Amino acid sequence: MDETLAEFFRRTILKIPMTEMMTVLKTWNFLSENQLQTVNFRQRKESIVQDLVLLCEENRASLNDAAHLDIIYTQFHRHQKIWDVFQMSKGPGDDIDLFDMEQFKSSFKKILQRALKNVTVSFKDAEENSVWIRIAWGTQYKKPNQYKPAYVVYYSQTPYAFTSSSQLKSNLPLLGQSFETHNSTTSLQERSLGLDINMNSRIIHENKVEKERVQRVTQEIFGDYPQPRLEFAQYKLETKFKSDLNGGILAEREEPLRCLVKFSSPHLLEALKSLAPAGIADVPLSPLLTCIPNKGKNYFKIRDK
Amino acid sequence: MSALRPLDKLPGLNAATILLVGTEDALLQQLADSMLKEDCTSELNVHLARALPLPCSVNRPRIDLIVFVVNLHSKHSLQNVEESLCHLDAAFFLGKVTFLATGAGRDSHCSVHRNTVVKLAHTYRSPLLFCDLEVEDFRASMAQRLVRLLQICAGHVPGVSALNLLSLLRGSENPSLEDL
Repeated sequence: MDETLAEFFRRTILKIPMTEMMTVLKTWNFLSENQLQTVNFRQRKESIVQDLVLLCEENRASLNDAAHLDIIYTQFHRHQKIWDVFQMSKGPGDDIDLFDMEQFKSSFKKILQRALKNVTVSFKDAEENSVWIRIAWGTQYKKPNQYKPAYVVYYSQTPYAFTSSSQLKSNLPLLGQSFETHNSTTSLQERSLGLDINMNSRIIHENKVEKERVQRVTQEIFGDYPQPRLEFAQYKLETKFKSDLNGGILAEREEPLRCLVKFSSPHLLEALKSLAPAGIADVPLSPLLTCIPNKGKNYFKIRDK
Repeated sequence: MSALRPLDKLPGLNAATILLVGTEDALLQQLADSMLKEDCTSELNVHLARALPLPCSVNRPRIDLIVFVVNLHSKHSLQNVEESLCHLDAAFFLGKVTFLATGAGRDSHCSVHRNTVVKLAHTYRSPLLFCDLEVEDFRASMAQRLVRLLQICAGHVPGVSALNLLSLLRGSENPSLEDL
């Protein structure tokens, strides 16, 4: 194995936290159970990594195998990256093609390799008909930089693709082109059932009118379909302190107060949608919260006008 | 909309009506369901309201017991109860009002201090019950208790009135003001 590849293996394995090491290596499935058992996992991390790299050399690991390991590491740490979302739209008159994953992968790779001679493209299938694509970019004269790859996650049954990278901007049109040949159809989610009907006639809701109003306003704001899955929203406030009390220590402060508010949840938008029906908040909710799907962003900077 | 009065309507035959007041509809609904599962010789009616005053209604039966539900996780729910208390006739506080605080089990989620509700109940001279309504078993036993309280407040238990009950409950449960 050449030195640069061995070094890449070393650095990739070194990144993996010890708590995740076995899980990641097992998911990678490149080193056998027997081989893993020969490694003493109680040593210092550098020594463990060295032993693992030697095993990789024994198995004649290729760049492709290293790329797979890198994808798996990134899948475990996907929340540490910032992802952009792209939505593909169908041109008028385009037919709906049946999607073939293998065909997609091969044509994607071909398009990139035709345009740039030096590029490493690797694929890994994942849940819900999605594929993770790792792209290491090079230039005409330089080999691909394996340490700054771009990731694209494409959910084949939807028109959405997620990308993450430090150096993607110039290569965006190329990526777009490689998606062009594949149209996709959105799958319509089933509508959730409306208000659950209280079958027990001995329970009477005094505020029925108010409840119905809350449901109606919530539906107007959020719609009927399930919300997009979002895990957090962050608001950076740079506003002057406002107080109801006259005077007070901060009331006369001229400079804006800096404050960060972060909402996080396994499913933030559904949580916001259920606030008013659950009686935890009044409708209408603050437009700062409800504008998230419309504006398509979840990082906000708020300044005084 | 006038204040709710305890004795401005005639009682229904064998009927006992409880009014649960609180912001979190789901909790109230679950409590109501648990209460109605109990075996009871009286005919139970449960009314759920977000706040007082109630919308005008001639058809509403006489309300025998009002339970104000405060979720200790939510200042909004406390504020709602405090504002609703103003719309209640003073005569209700002779044994026909109870406070119920939920959420004490998850201390890290509490934004309302226990003592705040204790003081509130003390101010209104009414009993305070604690129960984590989200836990099914606790909710079921609280429902049993409320059904019993309701029967007494509706006058269905011979020999015990709401006022008797008040003195009985005050002694054992509520700490005196000096202890707070």
